[in-house]
Amino acid sequence: MNTGLMFSKACARIGLHVFDYIEYPSLIKGGHNTYVVRAEDEEIHSQVANTDILIALDEPTIRIHRDELSGNSVVIYDEQQVHENVAKEIPCHRVPLPMKEILQEAHGKELMANTVCLGAALGLMEYPLDTFTGVIRDAFRGKTGEIIEENIKAARLGYDHARKHHAMLNEFHLHPIDAPKRMVLTGNEALALGAIQGGLKFYSAYPMTPASSILHTLAALQERHDIVVKHAEDEISVANMAVGAGFAGVRSMCATSGGGFALMNETVSLAGITETPVVFVEVNRGGPGTGIPTFTEQSDLKFVLNAGHGEFPLFVLTPGDVEEAYAFAWEALNLAEQYQTPIIIYSDKYLAESHKTAELFDTNVPIDRGKLLRNAPDKYLRYTITEDGVSPRTIPGVPNGFFLANSDEHDYFGYSTEEIDLRNAMMEKRMRKIEAYRKVMAQPKLHGPEDAKLTIIGWGSTKGPILDALKHLWREGYRVNYLQLTHIQPFPIEAVSQRLDAAEQTLIIENNFTGQMEQVIREQTGRTIQHHMRRYDGRPFFFSDICTRVKTIMGGAQ
Amino acid sequence: MITREQLTSPNKPTWCPGCGDYGIWLAVKNALMQLDLKHEEACLIYGIGCHGHMCNFLHAYGFEGLHGRPIPVAEGVKMANRKLKVIVVAGDGDTYGEGLNHFISGIRGNHDITLIVHDNRVYGLTTGQTSPTSGKGYKSKSTPQGVIEVPVNPMALAIAAGGTYVARGFSADPQLLTDLIKGGIDHPGFSVIDVLQNCITFNHVNTVLWFKEHSYHLAEEGHDPKDRVKAFERALDEERLGLGLFYVSKRGTYDASLSAEEVPLVDHDLSKVDIRESMELFT
Repeated sequence: MNTGLMFSKACARIGLHVFDYIEYPSLIKGGHNTYVVRAEDEEIHSQVANTDILIALDEPTIRIHRDELSGNSVVIYDEQQVHENVAKEIPCHRVPLPMKEILQEAHGKELMANTVCLGAALGLMEYPLDTFTGVIRDAFRGKTGEIIEENIKAARLGYDHARKHHAMLNEFHLHPIDAPKRMVLTGNEALALGAIQGGLKFYSAYPMTPASSILHTLAALQERHDIVVKHAEDEISVANMAVGAGFAGVRSMCATSGGGFALMNETVSLAGITETPVVFVEVNRGGPGTGIPTFTEQSDLKFVLNAGHGEFPLFVLTPGDVEEAYAFAWEALNLAEQYQTPIIIYSDKYLAESHKTAELFDTNVPIDRGKLLRNAPDKYLRYTITEDGVSPRTIPGVPNGFFLANSDEHDYFGYSTEEIDLRNAMMEKRMRKIEAYRKVMAQPKLHGPEDAKLTIIGWGSTKGPILDALKHLWREGYRVNYLQLTHIQPFPIEAVSQRLDAAEQTLIIENNFTGQMEQVIREQTGRTIQHHMRRYDGRPFFFSDICTRVKTIMGGAQ
Repeated sequence: MITREQLTSPNKPTWCPGCGDYGIWLAVKNALMQLDLKHEEACLIYGIGCHGHMCNFLHAYGFEGLHGRPIPVAEGVKMANRKLKVIVVAGDGDTYGEGLNHFISGIRGNHDITLIVHDNRVYGLTTGQTSPTSGKGYKSKSTPQGVIEVPVNPMALAIAAGGTYVARGFSADPQLLTDLIKGGIDHPGFSVIDVLQNCITFNHVNTVLWFKEHSYHLAEEGHDPKDRVKAFERALDEERLGLGLFYVSKRGTYDASLSAEEVPLVDHDLSKVDIRESMELFT
């Protein structure tokens, strides 16, 4: 994994745009792991199906990925690991490395074969050696000087060997280009950074793929940013701790995947009735049950939209790339306090764990704590009826700001009640938040021309492949646009209805079996969508498949 | 100091006449009044059950959450604002049934909260089913043939899990209970106070008289609460139930072990957050 990220960072440091995609089985060691790095000199948002350079750390890799190779591709491998007969059938350039000898020379361990191969690949691509050394130093930050030097030496030997014996890859030469400084980071990492910049103070979680790297990122940064990161005993505790921290007055968030979120559901509802600000992050993986835990899916959509028993305001944000993961994290923390209700950021493995290059994020983000009171007015009552449904909120410790946050229906102070008028007043007050938010909420994003022959509808991580598909389709003259749903609950009924009415043809793309967003759109707008592309095998869409589908639908009608 | 008047809510208790909840309510109020606390410094977190109705009969900062889950809410509150005195009012079903995982984990973490468990060995609010502390063979609506399981032993569990303040009170002895609660609130760490109480409506086995006949005061028998092995031995005796402090020890609290807590989280200045250096880690 680390080697792949080093390659991505190496590309980013010379000004290239990078997208990488990781596929791995639910195992600690072994199994077939793939790390696909795509680098271009223009912005890219998804992986591709063909492979130019294949680094095969074992023999099966060559067999599994053979169909991705073309005549110009290169396969780098350890000549001792790959049988001659298999090597013979490689349909393109072969770069066998005498790994044993190289490692002996580097006094390195077997593990460093990765670094040697990476060195070889970069050597073939004429990558600047100094920059590469810097990448290695940063990747092994915190390790001993000896380990760093050993790796640099191993990389250098691979680099030199490849250049000496195989300098024939002109089309893949990597030369530095002028570009602003860019990060290489995943959706989870971007989300964690956005939350920190948005004033996150308390984060709780129980490890669950593919949400765990939010926990790891925040845990690694907790001292630097004075955050409490709590790995609790189970997801129920996680959710209740987050609610407790939100009630006590700090910005609080927790994250999990579908199974863990099922355990958190009762607490989502608790936050709704107690009007406690808290952010839940649901990172979808392939279900049901344990499903395909390390693969992607958008199958929890309706589960997320309907999270928690009973009725209460629940807003749902669906970031589509790392920039949105960053921005929606701080936005969600604001919304939670502005509307005093649970907010869900709903993402998936593809966004959560794929790296993308992004320019340094804007750190000048607004922090709006809504109607938070640090001093209580006379005769303060926490659940006072208001027009927008949001009541001024104190926190424990504020003199004379007393209240009871009560999961039972309650009166203006918070004491339990079952009285009809109060029940209605409180239900109506809470539900008014939805209409208040609807007036100001972010609308779906339209990518591409206003008037198009075909409108693609999508949400979440399908944004990457769709954007890449659009670029190719536009170049070929197809008039296509893309309606990206980002803030999906409350549902942007008018905006979506208008767009669908204006579209000649419509195509919805989602990573699930039943077309959940298609159903939601029908329920919310009364409109049907003509075509759909669905995938439920755990893999993300390829932009090339989207292009093919669009062309099939549109025929010659460009 | 907190006054009785300050704690008085406009609501009158709705518990059955003769319910053990009255004695516990009294002891909670007395403890709050006798400690040197500001009214706004106390934060009570309630579970769900008859005991949880106390939230309506006490005027203070409070949170009534979900059945079984008051402990993690309280831990979240304490981690967010360590200046508060956080007190959990829970039931035997909350703590030893639905929320047993939180009980053990909270003790292990030594979160600085005080847990008061209403232990009447029956589910009252749901009208008389067996509880995790009901005796073996206890007949109830959910176990008409008698409970098959052996009961949870809260004191032994708490001591084994690493409890630093493990005590048992009795609803009919509010003076002892007041002292135990005060001691628990003052104790830096997770304080467990299991409170034996009667359910006058649904538990006709474990009555006030029964508890009196089956209990004794640990202090009167010279128990040394610093002796963990002796404390465990006494906790294992389920025929004669010890009352008072079983075990007390010192261990760093969870919040005191967190680097971010030098200033309580709630007082951090959010306008000073700056991730620019952290972003460099990703370049």
